[in-house]
Amino acid sequence: MKKILELKNIHKSFPGVLALQGVDFTLNEGEIHALMGENGAGKSTLIKVLTGVYTKDEGEIILDGKSVSIKSPQDAQRDGISTVYQEITLCPNLSVAENMYIGRNENILQNWKQMNEGADKILKSLDIPAKATQQLANCSIAVQQMVAIARAVDMDCKVLILDEPTSSLDELEVEKLFKLMRELKARGVGIIFVTHFLDQVYEVCDKITVLRDGKLVGEFEIADLPRVQLVSKMLGKELDDLSDIKGDTEGSNIDKDDEPLFETYELSSDQGIKPFDFYIRKGEVNGFTGLLGSGRSECVRAIFGADKVISGSVRKNGKEIRINKPLDAMKNGIAYLPEDRKIDGIIGDLSVRDNIILALQVMKGFFKPFTKAEANKFADEYIKLLSIKTASADTPIKSLSGGNQQKCIIARWLLTHPEYLILDEPTRGIDVGTKVDIQKLILKLASEGMSITFISSETDEMLRTCSRLVVLRDRKVVGELTGNELNQNQIMNTIAGGEENAEK
Amino acid sequence: MQKSKLQLSTLFRKQIFIPLAALLLLALFNLIADPSFFKITLGQNAAGDPVLSGYLITILDYGSELAILAVGMTLVTAASGGQDISVGAGIAITGSVILRMLCGSNSRPETLQMPIICAFLIAVVAGMLAGAFNGVLVSWFKIQPMVATLILFTAGRSIAAWINNNELPIISEPSFGYFGNFIPGIPIPTPFFIAVAVMIVTALLLKFTNLGLYVQAVGINAQSSRLNGLNPTFIKFLTFVLLGICVAVAGLIKVSRLSTINYSVVAKDIEMDAILAVALGGNSLGGGKFNMWASIIGAYVIQFLTTTLYKFKVDSSALPAYKAVVVILLVVFSAPTVREFISAKYKLLTSKNEKEVA
Repeated sequence: MKKILELKNIHKSFPGVLALQGVDFTLNEGEIHALMGENGAGKSTLIKVLTGVYTKDEGEIILDGKSVSIKSPQDAQRDGISTVYQEITLCPNLSVAENMYIGRNENILQNWKQMNEGADKILKSLDIPAKATQQLANCSIAVQQMVAIARAVDMDCKVLILDEPTSSLDELEVEKLFKLMRELKARGVGIIFVTHFLDQVYEVCDKITVLRDGKLVGEFEIADLPRVQLVSKMLGKELDDLSDIKGDTEGSNIDKDDEPLFETYELSSDQGIKPFDFYIRKGEVNGFTGLLGSGRSECVRAIFGADKVISGSVRKNGKEIRINKPLDAMKNGIAYLPEDRKIDGIIGDLSVRDNIILALQVMKGFFKPFTKAEANKFADEYIKLLSIKTASADTPIKSLSGGNQQKCIIARWLLTHPEYLILDEPTRGIDVGTKVDIQKLILKLASEGMSITFISSETDEMLRTCSRLVVLRDRKVVGELTGNELNQNQIMNTIAGGEENAEK
Repeated sequence: MQKSKLQLSTLFRKQIFIPLAALLLLALFNLIADPSFFKITLGQNAAGDPVLSGYLITILDYGSELAILAVGMTLVTAASGGQDISVGAGIAITGSVILRMLCGSNSRPETLQMPIICAFLIAVVAGMLAGAFNGVLVSWFKIQPMVATLILFTAGRSIAAWINNNELPIISEPSFGYFGNFIPGIPIPTPFFIAVAVMIVTALLLKFTNLGLYVQAVGINAQSSRLNGLNPTFIKFLTFVLLGICVAVAGLIKVSRLSTINYSVVAKDIEMDAILAVALGGNSLGGGKFNMWASIIGAYVIQFLTTTLYKFKVDSSALPAYKAVVVILLVVFSAPTVREFISAKYKLLTSKNEKEVA
């Protein structure tokens, strides 16, 4: 097979960090190549070097046998390297066709008819369910993602980089995306696929390149590298199997007759969830599960007061409390780690320290700021406790890797010493190592008496940690599973509509 | 030695470097063009009191009202990601309120109707109300700040005239002139002391409350701030009210200078200078992180520039054009890419020198 892209001995450093140290990478024509590594391993940096966002310190990029210098994203595009990022970088208020052709017209005048026809043709040939004249915002995220890919493909790209394209897609949408990827592969496009989902790697990829701490671990044929080994390569240690953390979640220290710590009664919010009842006991870990969009987040957001509550009540230790806004919930000992880290979690430009102290500071009050020394003490304590990788407490949080950002947000809430911690997708988009860390942390906190609600799209994570699962379908609670019922099949059945339905 | 050099190169990246460098350049220009710019003389004013005069004193004098406005404008910019363009009109309103309170219905009063401090406090309330009006539009109705404040920008001066029944009150009481000119026996213009007082209050606010943290958090990510228990709507509103207080203080200085008011001219275009001060301080006009002291220095730099242009007999109608040229230079110079470039070049230069020395 023909090599279309070769990176040789790439070095890149930032103040205080050696992000890439002599990394090699080879991509063949018509190949889907997974780039794997933990957060902070250097995947993003490598891609940014390749796409001209960063300039490499040292090394060579060979494209189609010729050494090229890529100094800006425009250079990369011109050379046939296109990137589709995790976040959609198109303009939602423009039409699909406009998005596909924006910035590519060399004439002053735009032939709209021709453009729309051209766009329709490409969409059709790639089997993307969208119309050229449709406004992009009206398409689902998956379709938007595909439009971004179509745009890239139409620009004659030889190398397509997909940076975590699947993290906000549901299974069906992922399937469609994979179909598109295979289609492109057949056309000879080389695809670099970055993802945290191991299943997906094994489903579509041909090869895997693993990075760790900015260094190349190796390049492997997919068939030669079983999952467990991949994980251990990424972590750099023999994995004490993930199932290791399956502790005795079976309510070791939960007294079943205990009064619930928090209860909701007929609670519903303006986000369209049906009124639901829910309770949690001290030291219990439970979860909300259901398909994407089934109302998992909306339920916990209602408890935290993040959405406007329109009916129902919340009780703490049997006494009714009023939660109209997040601050009310915080004062009642509830903490909430939101689903979307970037939009709802981090305050990007603020330092790691300010991000960590924020919630506690707000609870303490406007006129009682922490002294510098106090703030530093808190920040250092939690940076150490959760082993957050950051240059210093002064570093803006946005420059940290995803997993470390998430740890900062966890630190923010742990610092408030909550009685009830709600974690909404804390493991999304972060590396395996941190995922395991977070699950262990959940069990540890619960054993110390904290009540925790854990939501994850990955059911096995929830099975590992939760002792009770609330199942949702179409924004309605449809069941509750405990004990022996806690297994993949039972969950699937409940989601699908109860045992009767499944057995029919 | 090594250390001090390193610090110098990191200084180029520091935000406060921008206004400081601009100040230095302007000073250098004047020093070369005409050193008499820096001459300060001690003379006597009409009342026979000792006063300092000179271009630098003018800068200190007029830059102070701008610095006061820059304080409020920085907060508004940081929290809302937009600017208040109604501060000039706001000065007209608050100034008019002060005059109305002091004169009552008689536009040429023999005696003041109430103590100056009371009139000022009422003007502060008026300023806060105007700020609250803008704040409500921006934070509750989610109107873009420039559009929301366009209302008072357009209507403010008419409101100011209406407050005094379209008359031009003149105050003969000499003590009223102290705030915008000189206090007898003190040769430094009073506005400077008022600005220092505002700065001290601001510094205390930033140190002993969470104003800075909250405003920045809301400006960077309002949605996330809300989930941390903050009330972004209220915080944006608050910054407009605080700017209203600053406007009232500047209004007092303005009407005190002349002991009267000209509704259509007073503080004309001052909002643009105040916004420029924030930008020159290296603060993002899109909101988020801010550096208050850089904004304040930025305000004095702008006055420095204006005064320099006046000194070189630039016609007042041509002033904005000259100002624009200098502003372009300053903004280009302060752009992050340019500063990175300078910093890198500087590093290269020093490392070369060291090698040569070695």
